[in-house]
Amino acid sequence: MYQYVVKRLLLMIPTLIGAALLVFFLLRLLPGDVCEVRLAGTGLFASQEDIDICRKELGLDDSLYEQFIAFAGGYFTGDLGKSMWTGQPVVHEIQVRFKLSLQLAIMSTLVAVIIALPLGIVSAVKQNTWIDYLVRAFSIAGIGIPSFWLGIMIILGLLIITQAWFGAGWMPPINYVSPFEDPIGNLAQLIWPALATGYRYSAVATRMTRSAMLEVLREDYVRTARAKGLIERVVINRHALKNALLPVVTIIAIEFAFLIGGLVVTEQVFNLNGLGKLFVDSVGNQDFALTQHLVMLVVLIFVMTNLVVDILYAWLDPRIRYS
Amino acid sequence: MPKLLEVENLRTQFHTTEGTVKAVDGITYDVSEGETVAIVGESGCGKSVGAMSILRLIPHPPGEILEGSRILFGGKDLLAMGDEEIRHVRGGRISMVFQEPMTSLNPVLTIGLQLTETMMLHLGLGQPEADRRAVELLGMVGIGEPERRLKQYPHHFSGGMRQRVMIALALSCNPRLIIADEPTTALDVTIQAQILELMRNLTKQMGVALIVITHNLGVVARYAERVIVMYAGKIVESGTADQIYHNPRHPYTIGLLNSVPRMDLRQGGKRLVPIEGQPPDLTRLDGGCSYRPRCRWAVEACARSIPALEAVGDGQIAACFRAGERALDLEREFDLDEASGA
Repeated sequence: MYQYVVKRLLLMIPTLIGAALLVFFLLRLLPGDVCEVRLAGTGLFASQEDIDICRKELGLDDSLYEQFIAFAGGYFTGDLGKSMWTGQPVVHEIQVRFKLSLQLAIMSTLVAVIIALPLGIVSAVKQNTWIDYLVRAFSIAGIGIPSFWLGIMIILGLLIITQAWFGAGWMPPINYVSPFEDPIGNLAQLIWPALATGYRYSAVATRMTRSAMLEVLREDYVRTARAKGLIERVVINRHALKNALLPVVTIIAIEFAFLIGGLVVTEQVFNLNGLGKLFVDSVGNQDFALTQHLVMLVVLIFVMTNLVVDILYAWLDPRIRYS
Repeated sequence: MPKLLEVENLRTQFHTTEGTVKAVDGITYDVSEGETVAIVGESGCGKSVGAMSILRLIPHPPGEILEGSRILFGGKDLLAMGDEEIRHVRGGRISMVFQEPMTSLNPVLTIGLQLTETMMLHLGLGQPEADRRAVELLGMVGIGEPERRLKQYPHHFSGGMRQRVMIALALSCNPRLIIADEPTTALDVTIQAQILELMRNLTKQMGVALIVITHNLGVVARYAERVIVMYAGKIVESGTADQIYHNPRHPYTIGLLNSVPRMDLRQGGKRLVPIEGQPPDLTRLDGGCSYRPRCRWAVEACARSIPALEAVGDGQIAACFRAGERALDLEREFDLDEASGA
């Protein structure tokens, strides 16, 4: 197992190199660059001269080869360069937002798992009863309702309820504080977006848990477990659930990796300074330096998540043994 | 021998979109302490559902055991028990060996856990004693290096080995009755005899009653004391193994016997005679004998009413209007086949 993990970690290197080449050249295929965007944004006439000066400053007139070395070399020297738009170091730009995005992704995942596993199991065990119908309606609604709309409803709901009960409206704070410094302030800000995205996310996971459980509950070994006289709770939790978890783990992991950079609209609604917004802005600004590092970060998260999933597989199912 | 299990008028139905399937339609039989009884019939004749009904393992819905059915085990009606009470019977007093050893054990749990959890539940053993007994049981069913094997998963075992584990599991809590549902059907022919032999020896040794469900009359010839033949959810004939083999009275039993390859002189190189046609659709049974469409001895009376089980010999019963006639003799059928050029 240890050898397998080392091997997988080493195999990540070619994946990352491939991703770096792809993102670098694809970005350069875009028409225009950050200088044109910036100067166009001023609304004034921009001469070719001004644009050339700007390009020279940012190193955009270097050969592609030199630019790639500057980009990829940063991972070895530790200097990822500066944002072409703000001029701030890339590390700084990403760092402040990554904390928030990572925490939000983890909290959303927790919300999703806490909702999805029990509901999915109950719904499968009580198939075709009113409980099952209720759970299915709840999860269909979760898939149907956009999380930004739910987010707006949550904010409005908070405002109205606090207004009615305490006489003064309350809204979640806008500034991110570390959970280690001010856990309450941190939660007051992030629990709401976590609920909004976690609900949607749980809907998919609930349906997956339900269908995986239904399949497993029909298996011969579940009948054997019942024929042994085991308590129903043990039959479900020990004999059925562990078998049903594989597809659920996969879904949860894919969603988790997506959440890190993909919560663009939810971040807007809750006024969060996260990676999603940074991502969209950096692409819009044609801020190559920032975009390519952001893409690499997301690639790394996907690759790592996959590795964790594969390790979880082996732990859940002894028939899967890597060598 | 006192009666251990008495099944009275058991009726199990499945409610499907195509109608109600009368999988088991009023069967009555009993099993004495320590006795081996075989239940024989084609696929889909209700053997397995009948056996599963004993432990109330029929999924509900769509399955349902009808009112009026009684299954007395040691004098207590299993069908009237509460969930908690029947749970103690399952695996503790009555255990099962299933048809599919490849899928009947949980793939993600160790053999040791699957063996010991039952003993800890029913015998109240602690983990160390349960482990010790599990080792003992694996040794009993002929699995080498039991200590090491306990830590392994089902996929480390072959089909025959898994069925041995299932037998160990079935025996683990000192049951009074084991129900084996086609225990050898999924196994290689070379292993089948071994497994049956093992089951017979262990059950005899421990005085456990055994119900073997099979579609192969040849398999049970050597192992069962009594044979029950089922067709379309009903018992059509039952008697001692000797009676069923040497003096079958129901055309279906005769058909089954003729479709078993035999090595003795009686068949002497003759071709196997299959039973033509298919078992009937259990949602569309009419008021006549359900074997009628496939029966070469069918007469008008067979369409009018369902023949009742009647005594045709010492303890032997058969449900056929013509059970008493000489025409149904086995010898006669072979003659018929020769005459028709088969």
